[in-house]
Amino acid sequence: MLEIRWHGRGGQGVWTASNLLAVAAMIDGKHVQSFPAFGPERSGAPLMAFTRISDEPIEIHSMIYEPDVVVVLDPTLLGTSNVTEGLKKGGTLVINFSGSPEELLKALNIRKGEFRVFYVQATKLAMDILGRPIMNTAMVGALLKAQPLASEKAVEEAVRMRFGGKLAELNTQLIKKALEETKEV
Amino acid sequence: MIPKVPLDKQIKKAVNGDEATAYAAKQSLVDVVAAYPITPQTIIVEKFSEFVANGEVYTEFVPVESEHSAMSAVIGAAAAGARAFTATASQGLALMLENLYIASALRLPLVLVVANRALSAPINIHCDHSDAMMMRDAGWVQIFAENTQEAYDTTIQAFKIAEDPEVQLPVAVNLDGFILSHTLEDIYMLPDEEVQKFLGGYRKPVKTYVDYLGKEVEVKLDPSNPISIGPLDLYDYYFEHKVPQAVAMEKVKEVVKRVNEEWFELSGRKYGDGVIDAWGVEDADVVVAVLGSTSGTVRYVAKELRKEGKKVGVLRIRLFRPFPFDEVRDLLKEVKVVGVMDRALSFGSFGPSFLEISTALQGIRNSPLMVNYIYGLGGRDVPPSHVKQVFNELEEIMKSGEVGKRLRFLGVRER
Repeated sequence: MLEIRWHGRGGQGVWTASNLLAVAAMIDGKHVQSFPAFGPERSGAPLMAFTRISDEPIEIHSMIYEPDVVVVLDPTLLGTSNVTEGLKKGGTLVINFSGSPEELLKALNIRKGEFRVFYVQATKLAMDILGRPIMNTAMVGALLKAQPLASEKAVEEAVRMRFGGKLAELNTQLIKKALEETKEV
Repeated sequence: MIPKVPLDKQIKKAVNGDEATAYAAKQSLVDVVAAYPITPQTIIVEKFSEFVANGEVYTEFVPVESEHSAMSAVIGAAAAGARAFTATASQGLALMLENLYIASALRLPLVLVVANRALSAPINIHCDHSDAMMMRDAGWVQIFAENTQEAYDTTIQAFKIAEDPEVQLPVAVNLDGFILSHTLEDIYMLPDEEVQKFLGGYRKPVKTYVDYLGKEVEVKLDPSNPISIGPLDLYDYYFEHKVPQAVAMEKVKEVVKRVNEEWFELSGRKYGDGVIDAWGVEDADVVVAVLGSTSGTVRYVAKELRKEGKKVGVLRIRLFRPFPFDEVRDLLKEVKVVGVMDRALSFGSFGPSFLEISTALQGIRNSPLMVNYIYGLGGRDVPPSHVKQVFNELEEIMKSGEVGKRLRFLGVRER
């Protein structure tokens, strides 16, 4: 079983990102669970979402405290939330970040090699393609680069199911672009 | 065994628990839905109203002004012979309460989904079982689902159980608010026609012989065959009319078990024997008893502990009303220590499950030592570490033979 924790802010589509990944993994034949850290939904407030993906039916129903992967949609959270909290040893971080690798490690307050760290300029890509700073699908793309938790085909299908029409097309394009541009520190 | 509808003929979908029960109600040929929105149940009636708006169902949807009216409306519908459904949570259930007693006493086979939520005050929208336990004496059948799949399966089964001629009682299907109601999980759904066949089509009210009509008629409000339902009934007959409610409850367990088996043959899914879903209890020294979604987390931890050689088990109570006393007694009589986890508290007493299980084990020689954990009130999360703590404490009790404090609060800050 793989456990993913998503960090973002209200209105950025954090739970949608988690749901897209879960639906895609389900299409690939996995068992899935996706849920937000429940609370009143306030635009701009830091929030988390969680995804579980497993070959076996998922029994556990608690929040995720020791994730395998952490995805950060909003770089402004790096200074305020401890995004590495509980991350498993050798776990993976996927961050929306526009600075240098050194700056990223500093912002995360970790040493090189402590975790696998991937980054992409998701805000810029979202602005280029969607014309809006909604980074959730870009970060799904980045996550796929870091760890192929679902097939690209299944993700495309999940995006079509969620958005439909032109928006699905743009988001699929954004996911592909983010996947290409994601780099490992 | 290959189910009658193999998995490749079932519909795989990622849905949350609320949606799962809405789809189940949609497939169950419900005639009337009357509901009022309340978190975390709202998605159920929202989704169902979409089905109505899209013309996907033939259901009469009554958007009422309160939960009191919602229950009143479905009581009226069921009394007229309809298959009726509603859903609520927390304060909404509290507002329904006086009508819940009426629904069961009139022997109306309603189905109610409760997305379990804490009761005010303080105001809180998150999961606990205080709402469900408030209605435990209301004469309803109460079933608790562990996951989204079971919420779907159980909602369909609930109609079959409620409408069984031996039962004719309302059924409440409980799913944990947010933890199930708002969590996306992958589930399998049956094709519509298989669900409809399973339920035998639309509701068929039971028949009874009415002397003044000189014939057998369906028990429903029907102007062409007029009968009275729920008239004044004082000390001359009230008591005689309450005893059959208790008698009907006695039949429920067998019907729940039978429906569980029938569902298994149809879908390939079953939940223990229908009333209890036990894991590792047969040779266990230490057992945790629990309801709802936390059962999965407890089993997850128990499986890890088994790998370390600890003889632990999990007793998930699926059917809370009527309470399966005999089954619990048989399963727990050889166990050394039982920890009962309750997501509700009867203030001034213990958790509701603890009281029931204590009654089940009463009179057994060398009966298990018992301790009650109140957990998760107001949605407090139950991580595996808390469950491990419970198992550790139960092991200590087993070693020392001393129970110590019988009522414990799990995961609460010390004052």
